[in-house]
Amino acid sequence: MESDTSEAKKAEPGSALRRNFLRAIGAGVACAGVWMNDPLQAAPPAAEAAPPDIPGYDWRKHKWAFGVDATRCIGCLRCVEACKAENGVTQDAHHFRTWVERYVYLEGDEHARVDSQSDPGNIAASDSQQAFRFDNRYASAPVEKAFFVPKLCNHCTHPACVQVCPTGATYQTPDGVVLIDHSYCIGCQYCVQACPYGAREFNHAMGVTDKCTWCYHRITKGLQPACVEVCPVEARVFGDRNDPDSPISRFIRNNRVSVLKPQTGNAPNVFYAGIDKEVS
Amino acid sequence: MIGTMAQAAPYVGYVYPNETDIPWSVLIVIYPYITGLVAGAFIVSSLYHVFGMERFKTVARFALLTAVSFMFFVPVPLLFHLGNPQRAFNAVLTPHWTSAMSAFSYVAGFYICLLLLEIWFAFRADIVSLAKTKGGLLGRAYRILTLGSDDVSGKALAIDHKFAFALAVIGIPAAGGLHGYVGFLFGSLKSREWWSSDLMPIIFLLSAVVSGIGLLVVLYVAYSKFRKAALDDACLQGLAKTMWAFLTVVLLIEGLELLEMFYKSLEGIEMVQRLIEGPIRYGMFLQWGLSLMVFATLSYLILTHASGRALVTGMFASGIGMMLGVLAMRWNVVIGGQELSKTMKGLLIYYPEILGHEGLLAVLFIFLCPFIVLWLVTRFLPPWESKARKEVSS
Repeated sequence: MESDTSEAKKAEPGSALRRNFLRAIGAGVACAGVWMNDPLQAAPPAAEAAPPDIPGYDWRKHKWAFGVDATRCIGCLRCVEACKAENGVTQDAHHFRTWVERYVYLEGDEHARVDSQSDPGNIAASDSQQAFRFDNRYASAPVEKAFFVPKLCNHCTHPACVQVCPTGATYQTPDGVVLIDHSYCIGCQYCVQACPYGAREFNHAMGVTDKCTWCYHRITKGLQPACVEVCPVEARVFGDRNDPDSPISRFIRNNRVSVLKPQTGNAPNVFYAGIDKEVS
Repeated sequence: MIGTMAQAAPYVGYVYPNETDIPWSVLIVIYPYITGLVAGAFIVSSLYHVFGMERFKTVARFALLTAVSFMFFVPVPLLFHLGNPQRAFNAVLTPHWTSAMSAFSYVAGFYICLLLLEIWFAFRADIVSLAKTKGGLLGRAYRILTLGSDDVSGKALAIDHKFAFALAVIGIPAAGGLHGYVGFLFGSLKSREWWSSDLMPIIFLLSAVVSGIGLLVVLYVAYSKFRKAALDDACLQGLAKTMWAFLTVVLLIEGLELLEMFYKSLEGIEMVQRLIEGPIRYGMFLQWGLSLMVFATLSYLILTHASGRALVTGMFASGIGMMLGVLAMRWNVVIGGQELSKTMKGLLIYYPEILGHEGLLAVLFIFLCPFIVLWLVTRFLPPWESKARKEVSS
C-alpha cells in the first residue's frame, strides 16, 4: 500500500493544489458566495493549479474519457484482478476500484437478478477473495436475457465527491480525472457517502479513501489503464476526447451511448453502450 | 442472498460491492445527537435571556452550563471516526468551501466562544464574589476568571446584562445554524434517497430542541432531588408547553415527509418501505412510539394544569422519552440512510461493534463525558439561586 501512495503522489499534483488552496483561503473566506457554487463550474481551483511534474505530459492538452461496451463483456473479471494488482487495492471482497455486475432475466422475470463478483456465492465459487469468478448458478435455469456491466469511477464533470471534500484532498484535474491526495485526506468518508455510484472505498490500513484513477500513473505515460489493457474482448475503451481518432472518440461516435444516473447532474465521463433500464 | 463475510455488513438484494463497508458508524449517530442537545438547552436559556420569560430563570444559567459541557464533546465522535485524526486541522487550515463539512470547525468554534462569553457575563458577579471568599488554588482560579474586573456595582451589572442579552440574541441563530448545518450535511447529499430531503435541516433542528429540553428537564429534576431543593412548578409547566409546541411541529413535519414520500412513490419506494419494515423497524418503533407517548403525556399535563408530584413525574418521564426517541431518530437517519443501498435494489444491515474505537463502549464513554464535565462545572460555578440570594433579590 505504501508504494502505491508514493507512486500516486508522484503523479498527482496534490501539493500544488494545496498551495493554491492556501492562497484561496482569503478569497474563500470573503466569498461565502462560493457556497452557492455555480453548478456548471466544477472544482474551479484545479484549473488554476500548477501542472504535475510529468516529463512530456501536459494535462491541458488531454480530455480523458472511458467507454464500456456491455455487449462485449464476458464477465471474466480479469479487469478486476488487474486493477487490484496494479493499484494495491485491499485484497478482499469489499473494496474495489472497479467491479463487474451480472444482470440475468429468467423467463417471466420483470426485474433483473443482479449480482457482482462480491456475491457470497461467487466468492464461494472461486474460494478466494483475491481471484474472482462468477459462479454457474444459472446453468440449468431458463435464462431469457443476460449481460455483464463493468463499473468504475465515472470521473464526473461535476463530481459530488469533490464538492463535499472538506479539505480539498480530492480534486479534479484539467484532463478530467478525479484524484485523491492520500497524504492530505483526513478519512472522514464524506466523499464515500456523496458518490452516487458506490465507486469510492475506504482503505482501513491507511485511513484514507481510495478510488479509480484511470491508472493516472499509466495514462500520463501514454499507456492504457490496467483494466483496459487486460480486457480480452475490448469491452473497455479508453482515450482522449480531444483526439477525434482515439478509441473513445470513435466509441462515442459509433454507438448510442448513455451514462449512469444522469439525474444526479454529475455528468459522468464513463459512457455505456448496450445497457438495460435496470442498470444504475 | 445474505453476505456472511466477517467485518462486512450483511445484505439482501443487490448492493454495490464497496457498500458492504459501512462508512459512518454509531459515532456519527451521537454526533448530531449531542449537537442537538446543545441547541435545545441553549434555546431554553434564551427563552429567559432574550424573550424575558421569567419562569425559565430557574434553569436559564444551568441550561447555559449544560450547553457548553455538551458542546465541548461535539467534535469528539468526529475525531474518533476520522481515518487520520491527526490531520483534522487540514479542514481548518485549507477549508474547501464547497463542502458543508469544511464549515464545521468555524461554526462550532464560533459557538463555543459565544457560549463561554455568555456564561462569563451571566456568572461574573458570582465569580467576583467567589474570588473574594475562596482561598487556595480555587480562589486563584476565580481571581483569574474575573479578568481583573471586580466591579459589581449596579451600573457594571447593567452593562453585563446588556452584553449577555446581545450574546444570547446572536446565540439563537448561531444555535440554529449549528444544528441546521448538521441537517444540511445529510440533506444535501443527492446520493442517498433516505437523506436527500429539503426538510432535513428543519427536522434536525426541531427534534434537537425537543431532545435538548428533554435533557434539561431530566437534569433539572435529578439535580433538584440530589440537592433536596424544591422544583419550580411554573418552570416545569413552561418547559412542558415549550416541549409540546416543538414536538407537535416535529411530528407534523416528519409525518408529512413520510406521507409525501409514499404518496409520490418514486422509483425505489418499495425498498424504502422494506427499510422501514426491516433494518430500522425497532428504531422507527422507538422514535414514533416514544414521541407519541410523550406527546400524549405532555398534552395531559398541560390540559390538567398538572402540578407537584404528577408534573415532576410526567415531565421526567417525558424528558427521558424524548431523549431516547430523538436518539432513535438519529439512528434511523444516519444508519438507516446507509442501510438503504445506493442501488435501490438492496438493503444492508449495520451491526455496531462493541469494543474498538468505533464501538458502543466508546460511544457510551464519549456520551458520559459531558455529564461528568457538567457536574464539575456546576461545582465550580453553581448556577442555582441560593436561598439567601433569593431572599435578597425579593
